[in-house]
Amino acid sequence: MSSRSWKEFSKGFVLENPTFVQALGMCPTLATTTNAKNGFGMGLAATAVLVMSNVVISLIRKTVPEKIRIPIFITIIASFVTIVDLLMHAYVYDLWKTLGLFIPLIVVNCIIMGRAEAFASKNNVWHSFLDGLGMGLGFTASLTLLGSIRELLGNGTLFDITIWGKAFNVFIMILPPGAYLTLGLLAALFAFIGMKRKERGNNK
Amino acid sequence: MKLITGNAPHLRSKDTTSKIMTDVIIALIPALIGAWYFFGFYAFFLAILGALVGELFELFIMRYLRKDKNFVPNGSAAVTGILLAMNVSPATPWWIMIIGLIFALGIAKHAFGGLGMNIFNPALAGRAFLLVSFPVHMTTWYKPALSFSKWVDIQTTATPLAILKEKGFSHINVSYGDLFFGNRAGSIGETSVLLLLIGFIYLVVKGRIKLMIPLTYVGTVFLMSSIFYFANPERFGTPLFHILSGGLMLGALFMATDMVTSPMTPRGQAIFGVGCGVMTLLIRYFAGYPEGVSLSILLMNGFVPLIDRFTQPRIFGEVKS
Repeated sequence: MSSRSWKEFSKGFVLENPTFVQALGMCPTLATTTNAKNGFGMGLAATAVLVMSNVVISLIRKTVPEKIRIPIFITIIASFVTIVDLLMHAYVYDLWKTLGLFIPLIVVNCIIMGRAEAFASKNNVWHSFLDGLGMGLGFTASLTLLGSIRELLGNGTLFDITIWGKAFNVFIMILPPGAYLTLGLLAALFAFIGMKRKERGNNK
Repeated sequence: MKLITGNAPHLRSKDTTSKIMTDVIIALIPALIGAWYFFGFYAFFLAILGALVGELFELFIMRYLRKDKNFVPNGSAAVTGILLAMNVSPATPWWIMIIGLIFALGIAKHAFGGLGMNIFNPALAGRAFLLVSFPVHMTTWYKPALSFSKWVDIQTTATPLAILKEKGFSHINVSYGDLFFGNRAGSIGETSVLLLLIGFIYLVVKGRIKLMIPLTYVGTVFLMSSIFYFANPERFGTPLFHILSGGLMLGALFMATDMVTSPMTPRGQAIFGVGCGVMTLLIRYFAGYPEGVSLSILLMNGFVPLIDRFTQPRIFGEVKS
């Protein structure tokens, strides 16, 4: 993998993390991360759509007229969301039921629209694929991290495995305020990491 | 003649943060000793723990997280710790108290920029956090033991406001005298109106607290509960009961008057007090919780920047446009 490809792939994890740095896709982030499993499932569903839509949009980027590009992007994304929705309904029914409305809502997820508009419509297929995969996995990792912290503190379990159970439950963590709190603290942590990296870069 | 020029400010006050905080701590001491008498030594211990852990935690935040090498403890975190202890039930385990304090100082105070910058009263934010996080511990209430030596062996009971909400006014078994002197179930520092008033008068004499917020707050509660009293005395209770019960006195005298989180102008303070009073009664009458003082003050804290903007005094000499 060339260094350019590696850069497009890896930027989604920390430096341009879609959740904590770009603050995109907040709705599913806050609503579905009551436990680690839901966060992980939501992230993977969005990743699948993101990779496929990035590739297709990148393929047709030269033939799409500038003025109607957004409706065309949405149509493409909506098709893939429908595929993912039906597949999840068929194979992971329980997860599909808990995520509910948030799967169809991937259509209007800012990360997917954002990557289509900002990256896939300007870059070649290989880089768009890597960008989609990196961003998607970054999103998945963020959601899993958020979900794990909230599940562990709020319910004493991790991926449904009992860690300390009912001995120590901060109930607020699995309620909406807990989502905002955890998100804010993690965003601060990522900003701190970004700052440190910049400092180190300047010193070189 | 030799003229010496210097930079503003030329008028200086001798007040420092630590002086003000010491006065507030002195004002809280009567209520704390009352808590010791009513609920046993553990209640008093929680307040001391709150003050010590609060100061240490703030020192840690300032020195190591915010990297302010010149920071000297000023007592404000101790006040937050004591106020938080006064706002929780005497049944609260010490580690829950510490979690609440970490939230109050770490999130509600220093994440917003530290002393003077916080939007929400840290102690009340800590209490709200604990109330949602540990509902069982936070709503277990002890019957007053009336002795300085009790540690355990205490009977649990419902607070008067909870009885009002669940059963009705005629089921309440404490007299107005009990409410006034503090012989009733409730949070550690809220029960004795008399001892709170003693501390409050000390602060007013010292000039630390303006009377506007407490007067408008309690006045609004009195007026509004009078109206509701005539509508349905059994369900809504008497005005005097609402003023003496719950955390109203602690809230109106010590929490709503916090210098950082209340409006600056007298007109703004009046709006703030009325808002707190209305919200408190609405929560007590119609919402899920039996008591609404802490939540109503937090809610009005959020309006303070708006109120300050709205009641900005006219600059001297400026013509109204």
